[in-house]
Parts: sequence; C-alpha cells; structure tokens
Amino acid sequence: MPPGAALSGMKGTAASMSVMKRVSLIFRAKANKALDRMEDPRETLDYSYQQQVEMLTRVRRGVADVATSRKRVELQMNSLQKEVDRRDSQARDALSKGREDLARAALQNKAGLQGQLNDLQGQYANLQEQEEKLTLASQRLQSRVDAFRTRKETIKATYTAAEAQTRINEAFSGISEEMGDIGLAIQRAEDKTAQMQARAGAIDELLASGALEDHVGGQQDAIQAELDKLGATNSIEAELAQMKGEIAAGAPRQIEANSNNGDSNGSEATRAAEQPQAGDGS
Amino acid sequence: MIVRILGEGQFQVPDEVAAKLTALDSELDAAVHKADDAAFHAALGQAVGLVRESGTTVPADTFVTADYILPFSDATIDEVRKLLADGTLGGDSIGLP
Repeated sequence: MPPGAALSGMKGTAASMSVMKRVSLIFRAKANKALDRMEDPRETLDYSYQQQVEMLTRVRRGVADVATSRKRVELQMNSLQKEVDRRDSQARDALSKGREDLARAALQNKAGLQGQLNDLQGQYANLQEQEEKLTLASQRLQSRVDAFRTRKETIKATYTAAEAQTRINEAFSGISEEMGDIGLAIQRAEDKTAQMQARAGAIDELLASGALEDHVGGQQDAIQAELDKLGATNSIEAELAQMKGEIAAGAPRQIEANSNNGDSNGSEATRAAEQPQAGDGS
Repeated sequence: MIVRILGEGQFQVPDEVAAKLTALDSELDAAVHKADDAAFHAALGQAVGLVRESGTTVPADTFVTADYILPFSDATIDEVRKLLADGTLGGDSIGLP
C-alpha cells in the first residue's frame, strides 16, 4: 500500500467501518504521513530511533510519576484512617459519659471521613493498576527499541536501496504503532495522575489545616471540646468531693495542729486531737 | 491476523477468532453510536478476553502493523470517540513522529 493510502481509504468509509479497523487505519495513516515526509531512508531509521529513545525516557518518567502519586495517596489513607479511629474512640468516650448526642455527632463525622477513605482506596487501586500496566509497557518498548536498533543497522549494512525502502517502511510502521500505543498509555496515566494529584492536594490541605473535621461533619472539635469539658467537669467534681472529705475530717486536725506546737510526740498529738483541751482554740 | 490491544501490545490470533472479533467489532461500533455503556463494555470485554486467551504475543523483533486495534481494556465510550475523532489521536502527545 503506498503511503497515505490508508488515510484516504479511511476517510471515504469511516462512518460505516468498525471501531477496531478504524483505529488500526488511523495508526497506519499517521505512520505513512511521517514516512512521506522523509526523503532519505537512513534518516527515517535514525529519526525514528531517536524518537523511540525519547519515548522510553517518557514512559519511565511516567512510571515514576504514578508511583509518587500512589505513595502520596497511601500516606493520606493512613492519615484519614487515624481520623476515623479518633472519631470512633470519641463516640465510645461520649457514650460512656452518657452523652449519646455527642456520640452520634462523632459517628456522623466518622461516616463522612470513612466515605473519603473509601474513595481514596478506589483511586489507590486504580493508580496501582496504571503503574503495573505502564511498567509492562515500558519493558515491552525497551525490547522493541533494542530489536529496532539491530534491525536498523542490518538494513543499513545489507540491503540495496530498493529493498531497504520496503524494509524500512515495515520496521517504521511497526514501531510507530507501538509508539502510538505507548504514547496513549502514558497520556492516560498522566491524566489519571493529574486528577489524583489535584484531589490529593485538596485533601492534604484539609488535613493540614485541621478543617477536615469541619468540612466533613460541620462541628468537630465541638465534640472534642465538649468531651474535654465533660472530662474536666468530672475531675472538678472529683476534686471537690475529695476536698469536702478532707474538710470534714480536717477541722479537728487543724485544732490539733495548733495545740501541739513544739510537741514531737506523735501519739500524744493524736490523742490531743481527739480530745480537745479546755482553753484551746478560743 | 495481528490484533493490538492498546496498552498490551500485539497478538497473533487464529482465523476463526478473527471472525468472532469482526462480529464483536460491529457490536462495539453500534454501542459507540448509541452511547450504550453496558453494550460497549460487554463487547470490549469479550473482544479483549478473546484476544488475550487465543492470541500469542508477537515477538519484539517482528515489526508489523495490526489489522485490528482494540481500545484499552478499560476504555470508555468517550475515549474511543476521541480516538476516532477526525482521524487524529490528539497530535504530538501520543509521540508519533
């Protein structure tokens, strides 16, 4: 098929053609168009090889980007899990203090956070899949590029000009399809990573600002504040009770302390405290 | 017949499978036209499964162009439309020379 034939053939019948066939023709047309622009066959091979090497760099960078993004999501999932656990213990704490209203609010917050966490888990699985696919694609391209380099040198060394043109076209079109495929795969991974980065950035900010609670439940650390207040109230009550007890037992002791100035005998002091002497204290 | 699954490389598939793929291709095309997500994913899933199961990977040093190119196994109708739109693949971003 002469260069460009696929493209013109496709334009005439595209509407009635199938998806798989059309996509293959689009790839072929792209390669043919590029071939048309080349004048020297050797230039074609070298130029293509240069493009392949660049593509390898791109795909490797793509893999690294997806991995970075995935790790970031992993950290965020950990942070969110901690927040979820914190709400859970708040709810238990509130319930043990008889504050069902606070427990309910804490659980509402927890549900909101859990929703975010589940969402992240889905995104995480998706990124993992992208990473695996892109890694495989990168390995596949590497093998292809290695094979192409060998082919390129063989063609240059062995074939006559007429034969070379056919071989070059074959090799060029074959590798172009691979490059087109991998280019799309990278683009896809980049798009998904960019979406994920945007979400991750937003969640990072929320986590950092402490606003996640407000964002999710509307009234977080109102809950903690209330629980803290309950805790404080309880400890104040306990302290008061202790003081009352001390005072009840401590009034005579006060007298005893006055009456025994300079007295080093403990048992006498105790007796004195139990039996106040006449004239003491007033 | 040589079939490529985008993101997965090229496969050599036997002729009897090629016939089944052609039938599935029509279903795929109809689903894209009707924007029928369920039919689209069903046809794509079947086609991809068929190629993966019955096909053998084309060796790295065999440079051929595919007769059929299947979209990414998890592609959406929108993505396929974009892929087919006015015979381009979105320019330089796909890395073709």
